[in-house]
Amino acid sequence: MSKTYETVIGLEVHVELATKTKIFCGCSTEFGGEPNTHTCPVCTGMPGSLPVLNKAVVEKAVAVGLATNCTITQNCKFDRKNYFYPDNPQNYQISQLYYPICRDGKVEIETDGKKKFVRIHEIHMEEDAGKLVHDPYTDSSLVDFNRSGVPLIEIVSEPDMRSAEEVIAYLEKLRLIIQYLGTSDCKLNEGSMRADVNLSVREAGTEEFGTRTETKNLNSFKAIARAIEHERERQIDLLESGEPVIQETRRWDDNQEYSYAMRSKEDAQDYRYFPDPDLVPVHITDEWLEEIRNAQPEFRDEKKLRYKEEYQIPDYDIDILTNSKKLADLFEATIALGAQPKKVSNWLMVETMRLMKEHSMDPEDLTFSAKNLAGLIRLTDDKVINSSVAKEVFEKIFTDDIDPEAYVKEHGLATVNDEDTLKKVVEEVIAKNPKAADDVRSGKDKAIGALVGQTMKAMHGKADPSAVNQMIRKLL
Amino acid sequence: MDLMSLTAVELGKKIHAGEVSVKEAVQACLSHIETYDKEYNCFVSVDTERAYQQAEEIQKKMDAGKLTGPLAGVPVAVKDNMCMAGSLTTCSSKILSGFVPTYTSDAVLKLQEAGAVIVGKTNMDEFAMGSTTETSYYGETKNPWDTTRVPGGSSGGSAAAVAAEEVPYALGSDTGGSIRQPAAFCGVTGIKPTYGRVSRYGLIAYGSSLDQIGPLAKDVTDCATVLEIISQYDPKDSTSVNRNDNHFTEALTDNVKGMHIGLPRDYFTDGLEPEIWDAVYHAAKVLEEKGAVIEEFDLGMVEYAIPAYYIIASAEASSNLERFDGVKYGYRTKEYTDLHNMYKKSRSEGFGAEVKRRIMLGSFVLSSGYYDAYYVKALKVKAMIKQAYDRAFEKYDVILGPVAPTTALKLGESLSDPIKMYLGDVYTVPVNLAGLPGISLPGGYDQSGMPIGIQFVGNAFEEKKIIQAAYALEQTGSYHRPKKVAERRL
Repeated sequence: MSKTYETVIGLEVHVELATKTKIFCGCSTEFGGEPNTHTCPVCTGMPGSLPVLNKAVVEKAVAVGLATNCTITQNCKFDRKNYFYPDNPQNYQISQLYYPICRDGKVEIETDGKKKFVRIHEIHMEEDAGKLVHDPYTDSSLVDFNRSGVPLIEIVSEPDMRSAEEVIAYLEKLRLIIQYLGTSDCKLNEGSMRADVNLSVREAGTEEFGTRTETKNLNSFKAIARAIEHERERQIDLLESGEPVIQETRRWDDNQEYSYAMRSKEDAQDYRYFPDPDLVPVHITDEWLEEIRNAQPEFRDEKKLRYKEEYQIPDYDIDILTNSKKLADLFEATIALGAQPKKVSNWLMVETMRLMKEHSMDPEDLTFSAKNLAGLIRLTDDKVINSSVAKEVFEKIFTDDIDPEAYVKEHGLATVNDEDTLKKVVEEVIAKNPKAADDVRSGKDKAIGALVGQTMKAMHGKADPSAVNQMIRKLL
Repeated sequence: MDLMSLTAVELGKKIHAGEVSVKEAVQACLSHIETYDKEYNCFVSVDTERAYQQAEEIQKKMDAGKLTGPLAGVPVAVKDNMCMAGSLTTCSSKILSGFVPTYTSDAVLKLQEAGAVIVGKTNMDEFAMGSTTETSYYGETKNPWDTTRVPGGSSGGSAAAVAAEEVPYALGSDTGGSIRQPAAFCGVTGIKPTYGRVSRYGLIAYGSSLDQIGPLAKDVTDCATVLEIISQYDPKDSTSVNRNDNHFTEALTDNVKGMHIGLPRDYFTDGLEPEIWDAVYHAAKVLEEKGAVIEEFDLGMVEYAIPAYYIIASAEASSNLERFDGVKYGYRTKEYTDLHNMYKKSRSEGFGAEVKRRIMLGSFVLSSGYYDAYYVKALKVKAMIKQAYDRAFEKYDVILGPVAPTTALKLGESLSDPIKMYLGDVYTVPVNLAGLPGISLPGGYDQSGMPIGIQFVGNAFEEKKIIQAAYALEQTGSYHRPKKVAERRL
C-alpha cells in the first residue's frame, strides 16, 4: 500500500502599499512613467543621500497588522539586507529583520465549509527594488529605478496551510482585508501583490516537517494552484524513489507548467543584516496606534451583518457583494442614489458577473459608475425602457460608463406606449399569423407567446411586453 | 598685508568694512593655493572659475545688504567627502573617478547661504579611513610643520590647508578623530560636534552612526562661528536633531571660574608621549589658575574603545561602500566577463588596501555566526562607554585630555603597521562612540617643534562648555604658525 502524504505550506506575501510617495524619499510611486523619471538621489542610492521614513507607510502597515490580529511592535527598527544586484542601487535593501512592525497575527479562512486559522508570523516593511530591462539592440541591461523605494510589506505566515485551496482562501482573505483597507489594489498580474510558496511534504500522521522549497514567480491564483500541485507531486516522487528533497528556491514557469531550481541552500547568500544606522527607531505611541485603530474601515463580517439588517437581501447576494470591496462600494453608492437594494444587487449579481466573466475581469477592474447604474434602474422603474432594452443599455454602461438617459434618447430605445400604434402592429401580426391566433382563441394559452414575440420584433423591442400581451387578448 | 594670515572672522570683518573685496579675498586664497599646495598637496580639486563667479555673486548680495553674516565673502575649503552639485567629489578614491553629484551636502549648503566662497575640495584618507592622509588615491598630504611628516587624518588636507594658510578655514568630518587628530598634528583648532548636531546629508558615509561634519580653523572663535552656521536641523537627515541652542559664539568668554574639569587618570599610560602628558597637565594648571576646579578621576572602558570602534565603523562601512560597484557612477573596470566579474574587478581595482581591509573586517563581523560575538558585543561596549561618560558628566562640565598619544608621525611610518595606527585613535574614538562633542586645539610643542593637541570633551549638545574652556586656554598661548609659513612674510 502506498503511503499518504500531507502537504505543508507557508506563504511569504509581498504587498505594494498605495502611498503617494516612496518609503524613504518624496518621489512618486505612480506605476508606469518614463524610465528613471520618478527618481532622486535617495532612491537611486547616490553617495551621501539619506533615507527619511514616510509615516504613511507605517500607518498602512499597522492597519494591515491590526486587521490581521497582529501585535504591533511599538518600537520597531529597520535593518539593512546586504546583497549585490544592479536593480538594488545601494546594494542593500532597507527591510526589517530584528524588530518587524507586526507579529503573531492570524486570519480565519474557510474551505469546503470548514473554518480554520492561518497564523501570521510577522509583517515587515521594506523597499522595492528597481527593474532591469534588457536592450537587445545593444545587448546590454538597463536599470529603471522608478519602482526603487516603492513601499512594500511582507506578510509571512506560519506553515499552517495544507492544500492549494487553503492557500487560495488565505490569499483571497488577505487581499480582501487589504482592499477593504485601501492599502493596496493587490493585483497579482501587475505585481502589487506577490506570493512566494514555501512547501514541504510529510507522511500523514508525522509531526516533523519535511525539507521545504520556496517557489517564486507566481502571477495568478491559478498559477499558484498549479505550482503547488506540481511541487507536491515532485517532492512525493522524490521521496517515493528514495531521493532527498533539496532545500532550494525554485522559479515557476506558468507557460511550461514547470519549475526549476534558482539557487540552493549551499549558495544561499549571507545577507549580513544589521540595524540601519541612517534611520532612527520607529516609535508608535499609544495615541498614534489608537488613531490608526479608530480609522479602520468596516470589514467584511461587519458589512455582512449590516447588509442583512439594512437592505434585506438574500445571504447569497450579501456573500458575493461583500467578497469584493469594489462591488460592495458600488452597491452602497448606487443605493445611496435612491435605487432599491434588491434591484441593485440583481444588476451586480447577474449582468455584471456575466459580463465580467465574458471579459475575464476582476471586480477591481470595473469602471462603471454608481450614478449610471442608478439612472438605468430609474429608467426601468419608470417603464421608460423594458428589461431587454435595459440589458442592452447596461452593456454600454459596463464598457463605456455611458449616461443611460442620454443613450436611450439618442438611440430611440424608449418603450412605445402609444395605444394606436400598438393596436395597429398587433392587428398586422394577428393577420399574418392566423394559426397562432386561432390557437389562442381556442384556449391554447401558450400560443400567445409567439404573437408577443412577433409584435416585439416588429416594434424593434421597444414595447412593454405586458402591454403587448394585453392588447393581443383584447383584439382576439 | 597677507590676507591669509587672518582668521576667518577677521577677514570677514575686513570684507564687511569694505577694506577688502570678496574678489581680493578669493584671489589671495587661490594664489596661496597655487603657490604653496605643490609642496603640501592639500587639495584634490580647486575650482578657480566657480570661486570667482561665487565671489562676484556674494559681493553683489553684500553690497545690497543681503548678506550680513560674519563669514560672508570668506573663502573656505571642503573635505572631498562632501557632495557639491556640479563638482567632482572623490573621497580621495579611484572608485569615485569622475563622479559629479547633482546635489550639495547640507553643511556646505548652509555655508553657501551664509556667503562662503568654496574654493576647492581637500585631500583625505580614502573614504576617511586612516589617520595620516596617506591612503588617498591622489597622493599623500604633507604636514606644513615638517614635510617629512603626515598631517594626520583623515581630514589631513583640510587641517594642512589651514596650517599652510592656503585657506582661512575648512570643513572636515570626524568618525573616530578625523577632525581633532589632524588639527592636533597641524597645530590648528577643530571641533567634532555632538552626533546629530550637523546634518550628514550629502556627506559620503564611512561609519554612519559616528560620522559628523565639523570646522577646522586657526582658532576657537572661527570654529564656534562656523559651527553656528552649519549646525541647523535638517529634515533630510533622520539623525539630525532639532534644537535651538547653537549660539556657540556666546560661549567665547575668557571665564572658567568654578568650571569642573575632569582629567581621566586612565588616559595617562606608557603609550602617551611624556611631552604630551606634560602639555595636558600644563593646560590643567593654566585653567586652574583661571579658577577652574580640576580633578583626576577614572573614566573606565578606555581600553575597549578601539576594538569596539573598528568593529562598528568597519561593519557600517562594509555596507555603506557596497553602492560603489561600477554600475551607476565612478570607476568601472575595462574588461569583464559577466556581472559578478565586473563587480569584483571594479571594486578590487577601485578601492585601496586600507578600504579593502575595513570592508573585509566589517563583512566578517556582520556575517552569520559572528554577528553576536562581534557586532552585538561592540554595540554593548559602545553603550557602556556612553554610560562611563554619563557618570563623568554628572561631576564634570568638561573632560580634559590629549588628542593623540604622539605628535605627527613620519610619512610611511604607520602604513606598515595598521594596528599601531588604530591604537593612535585611543583618545578620540570613545568620543564618537558616545556621540559627544570634542574640540582639539594647540597646547604646546614637542622637542622637534611639532604641535601638541589638547582635547576637551563635553556632554551631548554641550558644545558651549568645551568652546568656553578651549577659548580660555587659547588666551594664554596665542596661535603659532609653522616656521615656513611665518617666514613667508619676512
